[in-house]
Amino acid sequence: MIGEHLLSVLIALPIVGGFAILGLGAERAAAARWSALLVAGAALLCSIPLYMKFSTETAAMQFVERVTWIPTLNAQFFVGVDGISMPLILLSTFTTVLVVLAGWKSVTSRVAQYYAAFLILEGAMIGVFAALDAVLFYVFWEVMLIPMFIIIGIWGGPRRVYATIKFFLYTFLGSLLMLVALIYLYLKSGRYDLLAFQQLPLSGPEQVAIFLAFFAAFAVKVPMWPVHTWLPDAHVEAPTGGSVVLAAIMLKMGGYGFLRLSLPITPDASRELDWLMILLSLIGVVYIGFVALAQRDMKKLIAYSSIAHMGFVTLGLFVGFQIVSHTGRTSGVALGLDGAVVQMISHGLVSAAMFLCVGVLYDRVHSREISAYGGVVNTMPVFASFMVLFALANAGLPGTSGFVGEFLVILASFKANVWYAFLAGTTLVLGAGYTLWLVKRVIFGAVGNDHVAALEDLDGREFLILGVLAASVLLVGLWPAPLLNVMRATTQHLAQQLLVSKIGP
Amino acid sequence: MIPISIASFDAGLKYARPEIFLGTAACVILLIDLAVAQAQRHWIGILSVAALLVTAILIGVQPLTMRVLVLGDMYELDRMAQVLKIVAVITVGIVFVYSTDYLRRRDLFKGEYFVLGLFATLGILVLVSAGSFLTLYLGLELMSLCLYAMVAFDRTSVRAAESAIKFFVLGSLASGTLLYGMSIVYGATGSLQLGEIALVLHHGLSANIGVVFGIAFLIVGIGFKFGAVPFHMWIPDVYEGSPTCVTLFIGSAPKIAAFALTMRLLTEGLDASQPDWSSMLIVLSVLSMAIGNVVAIAQSNLKRMLAYSTISHVGYILLGILAGTSQGYQAAMFYTITYVVVATGSFGMIVLLSRQGFEADTLDDFRGLNARSPWFAGMMAIFMFSLAGLPPFIGFYAKLGVIQAVLGVGNVWLAVLAVLFSVVGAFYYLRIVKLMYFDEAVDASPLDGSALMRAVLSANALLVLVVGIVPAALLGLCKQALP
Repeated sequence: MIGEHLLSVLIALPIVGGFAILGLGAERAAAARWSALLVAGAALLCSIPLYMKFSTETAAMQFVERVTWIPTLNAQFFVGVDGISMPLILLSTFTTVLVVLAGWKSVTSRVAQYYAAFLILEGAMIGVFAALDAVLFYVFWEVMLIPMFIIIGIWGGPRRVYATIKFFLYTFLGSLLMLVALIYLYLKSGRYDLLAFQQLPLSGPEQVAIFLAFFAAFAVKVPMWPVHTWLPDAHVEAPTGGSVVLAAIMLKMGGYGFLRLSLPITPDASRELDWLMILLSLIGVVYIGFVALAQRDMKKLIAYSSIAHMGFVTLGLFVGFQIVSHTGRTSGVALGLDGAVVQMISHGLVSAAMFLCVGVLYDRVHSREISAYGGVVNTMPVFASFMVLFALANAGLPGTSGFVGEFLVILASFKANVWYAFLAGTTLVLGAGYTLWLVKRVIFGAVGNDHVAALEDLDGREFLILGVLAASVLLVGLWPAPLLNVMRATTQHLAQQLLVSKIGP
Repeated sequence: MIPISIASFDAGLKYARPEIFLGTAACVILLIDLAVAQAQRHWIGILSVAALLVTAILIGVQPLTMRVLVLGDMYELDRMAQVLKIVAVITVGIVFVYSTDYLRRRDLFKGEYFVLGLFATLGILVLVSAGSFLTLYLGLELMSLCLYAMVAFDRTSVRAAESAIKFFVLGSLASGTLLYGMSIVYGATGSLQLGEIALVLHHGLSANIGVVFGIAFLIVGIGFKFGAVPFHMWIPDVYEGSPTCVTLFIGSAPKIAAFALTMRLLTEGLDASQPDWSSMLIVLSVLSMAIGNVVAIAQSNLKRMLAYSTISHVGYILLGILAGTSQGYQAAMFYTITYVVVATGSFGMIVLLSRQGFEADTLDDFRGLNARSPWFAGMMAIFMFSLAGLPPFIGFYAKLGVIQAVLGVGNVWLAVLAVLFSVVGAFYYLRIVKLMYFDEAVDASPLDGSALMRAVLSANALLVLVVGIVPAALLGLCKQALP
């Protein structure tokens, strides 16, 4: 029973659970915490069969459900996963459990609303990754904004209202342009089916216009330079859980959108405008890397490092076209795509871990300024070792997940143009620079002040969260084969799709 | 589809049964009101709602297999009329429920409010079913005159009197313009009956300069009744100056009348001149979306803000109509119905928050509502997100429909403008959500309001959410109404 409706259960469970927790009311904080953990845990359990029963042989959609939804619009409740969306759904369910645990003690006001918002958000995010119908996709895409708007606005920092409205309007503008493009595609094809859109022949100028509309939505979400300015604000003001979800999953929406919509629906426009995408990605990687160096706020530093790392994702997605045009060989295209997806997953784990580390410190000292710390290793040795591990993963040290994705993308860039690889490679230097410098200033050295001297090391809950994340980071870093196997069929299929022109008669 | 004309007078009366019933009921209620004591007056409200319910049932049970013209082709009944009438009647019923508390707390609980409301509803019904210029105008004036009186209903309020005068003077001017346009078209075509006008125009008269001239006047009248820029000046003042329960009335059901007026005049009578009126409507639509959304940002009074929000939504409704396709008309109809449902709820929230001697009509009154009542803060958030056009609320499908309609006729730039202005609009709706959720309450007193009102308001909001998740039925209804 559940087996056939696994995806709808995964979407509905957190949303229904979230509303049920809202019904608990403001008084019963403990009950809200435990039921949120229960719901998030159940969702995580439900998502495991998705991996176990996933067939790695095919690029076709799996776990497909298709029910008529709005006949007048020809829109369906059409969901399914392939090798790209399945790992992202797992990442979502996994991260939500961590977020629920992370807010256990630090969130004390309006507890039920806090957890309800995260659970509803989880359902919407899974919906985005699973939706294969454009209306459904768009509905989930926008629904995500509402809980995140509330999360940043209620539980955020001092400038939370500014940050959350900026976040909302930025992403709303981008998504509405995407909506216009989706409606245009519907009018061309008569259906809101994303897979049908991929088969639809489109002329060159049409593709360019649609690509740019998609670009507006996804570039803001990724975020790519120069539309990244909402991210540092949103991250700094968001509560720890909000930052984690934002960095780990919501930024992946942009990359996922490029993979699911832009590349297969407008391959010719993607090829034509690949220079733009590569240029913006490289600017993001290099320039934002320098910006990160100059930050004094830990969260801001990690936010900028996220933008730089996401630059790798977009670079990996679009560098394939250059490989084909420079060398005539198509073998590198899938390599870049593989790298991009691994980088998305890895960044999800690493950035979540980094924000959780900052959250651990913030819960104790209530400051995010780097200068408020120093010598944390003396009072929190266990925490310090975790933080160093995640920092190294953020810098892309071999053996951690950060290395795999970046290495694959640099490898692909090298095939296209040595200079791309060189510029992308500088981020390894810069990344090591800003993360290690952060670690040096916060963790090492003599005890900086009385606050640090009074710090207590991790408790069991925090140890569990960071321990699980550390294990995942090392697992993906040392043995990425399971992840790569899952997505191989899909990325290779996508790579072939990209090379076939869709310009119709 | 050509309507079937039925000559029999008795058959005509049968079709007009809901209107006849409502007119009679309104008169009877007026008489009863003379006899009852103030303590018993709440029965007037109950009777009025009952009369509306019976009317809705009478409309609903009318067997309708085709479009019919009766009573000397003055009265037309089709699916669109049936759906719009039921929505209008039920909306007025809900408005009456919301108004009861408000009127009682202000010692304004008089039978006239309900009787005027019923007559205005009768005007809407006549207008929606009009088959000729005469009935169209008759219905419109019946509605408008009642509305003028309702605005001035609170005799002691100077602002309400000012608004009423403004509304009356501008409204008469608009009615005059509309009538002038009608007479020109009559002069050019030689008929008052919409179907005959359409027939004449189809036979080559549509390029007649007189007809185009007449259309310009008709558009001015429509623009005024709808509240489209640049004929919108009365809306903010009247919305702000009227007692909130009257704002609630004016902001809801008359929008359906305005939509029906536009559909009857433009798409039924002047169908052949579609390129002419479409290009005029483009101007009204773009200006309404732009000015409505931008000026709403600057408002600190919620009624005024919602007034400008109405203006912007009218711009979106016109988008669907100006597309000139049946898909566009369906989208506009869906937009109108959903807008009316959401507007009723939003003004209902203002009524709920207001107390004895205190109008909760500034934005600040919504500050910290989440702490006072999480449930109703959630309801208001649903209304605001729906007005902003966010899924999964019905406002999203309304916007989707009209954008789809203009893209369908190749107007890409109009679609892009529409979405850009809706981002501007999102800002001020979000501001309400921000006030309710992110700010501390100024006064933390719990909400009052009768259990009935709370229940109906909650149902109203949940409807916005539920229909937003499964919009198929309502979309199907609109498709059926305007094939």
